[in-house]
Amino acid sequence: MLLVILEHDRGAMPEAAREALTFGRTLAERMGVPMHAALIGSEDAALVAEAGGHGATRVHTVVHPVLEDFGPEAWGEVIAAMVGGLEPDAVLAGGSDRGNEVLAQAAARLDIPFVANCLDIDPADWSITRIQWGGSLLEDVTVSAEVPLLTCGLHAVAAEAAQSPTEPAVDVFEVDLDPALSRTVVRDRVVLSAGVTLSTAPVVVGGGRGVGSAESFAPLEELAGLLGGKVGCSRAVTNNGWRPHADQVGQTGTRIAPEIYIASGISGAIQHWVGAMGSKHILAINLDPEANIVQKADWAVIGDLHEVIPAIAAEIRSRR
Amino acid sequence: MRICCCVKRVPAPGARINVTADGQAVDVAHLGFTTSPHEECGVEEAVQLTEEHGGEVTVLTLGPPEAAEQLRYAASVGAHHGVLVPTDGSPWDPQRTAVALTSAIRNLEESDGPFDLLIFGNESADSGGFQVGIRVAVALGRPIVGGIKGIEIDGSTVRARRQTDAGFEVYEMSMPAAVGVKEGINLPRYPTMRGRLASKRLEVAELPAEAPPGGQSMRLLHRPPDVTSETVILGEGAGAAPAVVDVLADLGVL
Repeated sequence: MLLVILEHDRGAMPEAAREALTFGRTLAERMGVPMHAALIGSEDAALVAEAGGHGATRVHTVVHPVLEDFGPEAWGEVIAAMVGGLEPDAVLAGGSDRGNEVLAQAAARLDIPFVANCLDIDPADWSITRIQWGGSLLEDVTVSAEVPLLTCGLHAVAAEAAQSPTEPAVDVFEVDLDPALSRTVVRDRVVLSAGVTLSTAPVVVGGGRGVGSAESFAPLEELAGLLGGKVGCSRAVTNNGWRPHADQVGQTGTRIAPEIYIASGISGAIQHWVGAMGSKHILAINLDPEANIVQKADWAVIGDLHEVIPAIAAEIRSRR
Repeated sequence: MRICCCVKRVPAPGARINVTADGQAVDVAHLGFTTSPHEECGVEEAVQLTEEHGGEVTVLTLGPPEAAEQLRYAASVGAHHGVLVPTDGSPWDPQRTAVALTSAIRNLEESDGPFDLLIFGNESADSGGFQVGIRVAVALGRPIVGGIKGIEIDGSTVRARRQTDAGFEVYEMSMPAAVGVKEGINLPRYPTMRGRLASKRLEVAELPAEAPPGGQSMRLLHRPPDVTSETVILGEGAGAAPAVVDVLADLGVL
């Protein structure tokens, strides 16, 4: 059985969890085993149904006072216990911060290998192609382990419901957890932005060094506002202090996957590209027709973003 | 307080990363080297914390003899001690790296006293295994949370903030503790002239640590297929705006 760890946060399942189920469905088929899902710290029927909709035939739920909110150590301990108790053939999670963190926690506890951000897995001999350098380089590895622990690269597959959804059986997994594991459980939350976020926005308007200053991001904000999107930026911009780091798209920032990424004044260095390459479409606005991002874009406008972006905003307003 | 910050020496890539002909390593013929970005911020954070609360920063790295350069750079921005766990330069898998670092930290703690805080980068820029810091912390019995973009010390408590889609999660751990930090936690300073002198004076301690290979073996590095797009030029300057809005309308995002 392939066990997929379902990431969830207060009743909601992020895209990374649906991607893991989609990736897991193919992997389980290749392994010739059923796909089960683990729901840690929840028995939410809607999440169970979503797992079934994505092809899980059985869901193992775990409820415990230590699991009332997310805690990497407690989750790692539960996954380690499941490896022993459920005897899966392999364990998979999404390649999000949490997915990678909890499998690393489990692997550390069991002292077994963990292969992060896999793109292609051959279960016959566990030869795996995985992401290095955020995706600008690939690494073929083999893993020697009784139970391989794996995550799939973020946005490596598009989440897709199963053609034949199931109503999964629900099993309660009993586990004895040390109350001391609560030492790394979330204590508090600070909500900065409700609604659309950079990683879920359907449109991202990105600005790079070419924007020139913090103030010059105002037209980008306006355009993003008109399109119900968010503003992103390159590493050069956050290093200059023009935008907060939370707005950075890139290997050391956010991986975006919008319907369209409007990249303006951005050259498209590797560091930025690996954060943007999950975009379904890219429109580049750049003075330099030879810029990397222009070469990789679906559409480009050659020109000064300070003129082009306000003109696009004006055109949108005139059509409404 | 005593802080140990682990860093990794990585190539500083330009527009593309090439692989050697045998597919066993990144071709570094035309590349410089740097400290992996999350870890550069880790060093800065450690230095800021000791500036505020007193204490000393030890920077620890596992790598070839040349990785001493990254320790010297850390000294130039305020780290007090540099320790190298030498390798022959071949990449070590995550389990092996973690075992060696754990043993090095144990040695340093036996001789100089326990560290209050271990700081790791959330993941290295190159191999990106997302696990070495966690393995070390678990082996040492310390609590660890990753993805940290803010640290406050209050007595013996570390308050750590982790960025999420919508804002921050807050964690509280009693020291000794460990964190995996991310770029954005601070803006690293540049070395001063005084810092450069300190880096020259730094005595890099070598602390050999043996560790058996783990279960993940690298076979081959290769580049993903180049993304080549038939880029449609919609026009030049502001005059291209109507064509852009047509595209947006076709995609249904207007």
